[in-house]
Amino acid sequence: MLLRPISLSLALLLTTAPVFAQTAPTPPAVTPTTTPRETIEGTLSQERTVIGIPPLATASVQTVAGLRTDSLGRQIAEVIAADLERSGLYEPIGPNGVPAITRAEVQAPRFAEWQTRGAENVVHGFVDAGSNGSLIVGCYLYDTALGSELVRKGFEIQPADWRRAAHKCADAIYSRLSGEAPFFDSRVAYIAESGPKGNRIKRLAIMDSDGGNHRFITNGQALAISPRFSPDYKKIVYVSYLNNRVRVFIYDVASGSQKLVTESSNATFAPRWSPDGTQILYSMAVNGNTDIYRISANGGTPVRLTNTPGIDVGGSFSPDGRKIVFESDRSGGQQIYTMNIDGSNQQRISFGGGRAATPEWSPRGDLIAFTRMGGGEFRIGVMTPSGGGVRMLTNSWQDEAPTWSPNGRVIQFFRTTRGREGKSSLWQVDLTGVNLRRLPTPQDGSDPSWGPVLP
Amino acid sequence: MTIRKSTAMIAAITMLAVGACAKKAPDTLPPAPEGTGTDPGAGTGTGVIPGSQEDFLASVGLEGDRVFFDYDQYNVDAQDQATLQSQAQWLQRNPAVRVTLEGHADERGTRDYNIALGERRANAAKNYLASLGIDPSRINVISYGKERPAELGSTEAAYAKNRRAVTVVIGQ
Repeated sequence: MLLRPISLSLALLLTTAPVFAQTAPTPPAVTPTTTPRETIEGTLSQERTVIGIPPLATASVQTVAGLRTDSLGRQIAEVIAADLERSGLYEPIGPNGVPAITRAEVQAPRFAEWQTRGAENVVHGFVDAGSNGSLIVGCYLYDTALGSELVRKGFEIQPADWRRAAHKCADAIYSRLSGEAPFFDSRVAYIAESGPKGNRIKRLAIMDSDGGNHRFITNGQALAISPRFSPDYKKIVYVSYLNNRVRVFIYDVASGSQKLVTESSNATFAPRWSPDGTQILYSMAVNGNTDIYRISANGGTPVRLTNTPGIDVGGSFSPDGRKIVFESDRSGGQQIYTMNIDGSNQQRISFGGGRAATPEWSPRGDLIAFTRMGGGEFRIGVMTPSGGGVRMLTNSWQDEAPTWSPNGRVIQFFRTTRGREGKSSLWQVDLTGVNLRRLPTPQDGSDPSWGPVLP
Repeated sequence: MTIRKSTAMIAAITMLAVGACAKKAPDTLPPAPEGTGTDPGAGTGTGVIPGSQEDFLASVGLEGDRVFFDYDQYNVDAQDQATLQSQAQWLQRNPAVRVTLEGHADERGTRDYNIALGERRANAAKNYLASLGIDPSRINVISYGKERPAELGSTEAAYAKNRRAVTVVIGQ
């Protein structure tokens, strides 16, 4: 309900002209002085680009829907700075501790002063009251040494959606400086956990990629696990123990209603969407034997894809929708296999020490993230779709269930601590294996599922 | 508002999905068990309702409601068979009783795989009970994977107690 009007208005503005297109000269083509960091192996965290981010200015302080435009200017700058800092590539200066800027300065930064503060780039912007209770948010990225504009973005938004404007600004800045696709303006579905280890309360919850706009979906009376956002964020497929059965439900975010993905007396679990949102993979146990099935998201007759006596479970579509990566213990222990979407051409791709589980195909198609089990520990790793180039990204007692950022550069997962008081929390790590961070959640967390960039 | 609507709906139709030991007291007393009435656990005057979970636990003894498995295994060994034979005797004395077999795994497996593994274990126990003459339609199966450990530690001793299939009386 919240999302739709926002995305429409954002899409409208993005596909037409920026609202402030006529208020600033056409930016000259300039090569940024910062070097895009695209290499896989490197020391990203040690060479962070310093970016000045003062509070966004406002033409005149007004209160829109209970929000003051000057306060919002500071909050939006805080979100932009936090996004850029969290990427591991940038070291923001501000918005706290730097001088506020005037509305006129937005398009005429004091480059010399920002250079003195050590900023290679500076972000300026504004929050103005629009018509009909809307807000106009603009943001600009400059190179302080060259004194030139690198990127600009403008949005007309409903006041409640100010965080999305901030994420869109951060995405534009990140993309311009790194050369990577954007990922901040995206959402995460996960399981919020509370209560003692032997009787955990597990609730379906959703939030922005930075933990903002957090919302619990289920109340915890039925155990909920393994959620996945549909590609359009309108639905969440997940497993509920409602009525003491293990079944896959499709939850409709706008209406709050849910339906079974398929009617069966057997347990169904481990659901995944196809990239276009039309198909759902799930696993079903029949007399103790688990196989993988594919069904239309609208129901109908399921197609059985695996047919071995072992456990075949999970699954993740390649971004082109033509292949599926899944796990099977047909060789004696959990390993990772690929197959065509009709179930043909099943091939094992994971070898080497230990077991391999929970494969997730990168949105870029070039890598598969997975959980490596060995020596009593779970670690997150990546490999190519043919099983080569294995690299481990984390090293803890139990790191499980990777999910990719929309641009395939960051992996979220959940980390469990050992012992009677063991708890789970959400973490993310860069594809390089550096910049490991814990995500803020109101309770403990597990089973993260990262969706695509919002339109 | 959509949130509130949905949670209220779920609250209204959800049963607790947690109780490994949950038991529902019947509204009316069930008929006395048929047969010889020699069930040692169903002594008169103790307040134990014949055919109840309490009666079952008293009959099968300490940990007699569960069988244990090796790491990533689901075969029913000789000790498990003795346990299940004891359960089968009680089930035969209480032919109207239905049970749920709950399959569990230790925390050293990934979540989805452990649900599949718990299914294997619960079905292995169910199949053995069926081989002893218990009507399989009396036995529900559910897997909790690693979601409901009986022992909370991260030790081999705790894991051994968590790799289990537990028989729970659900009513008549």
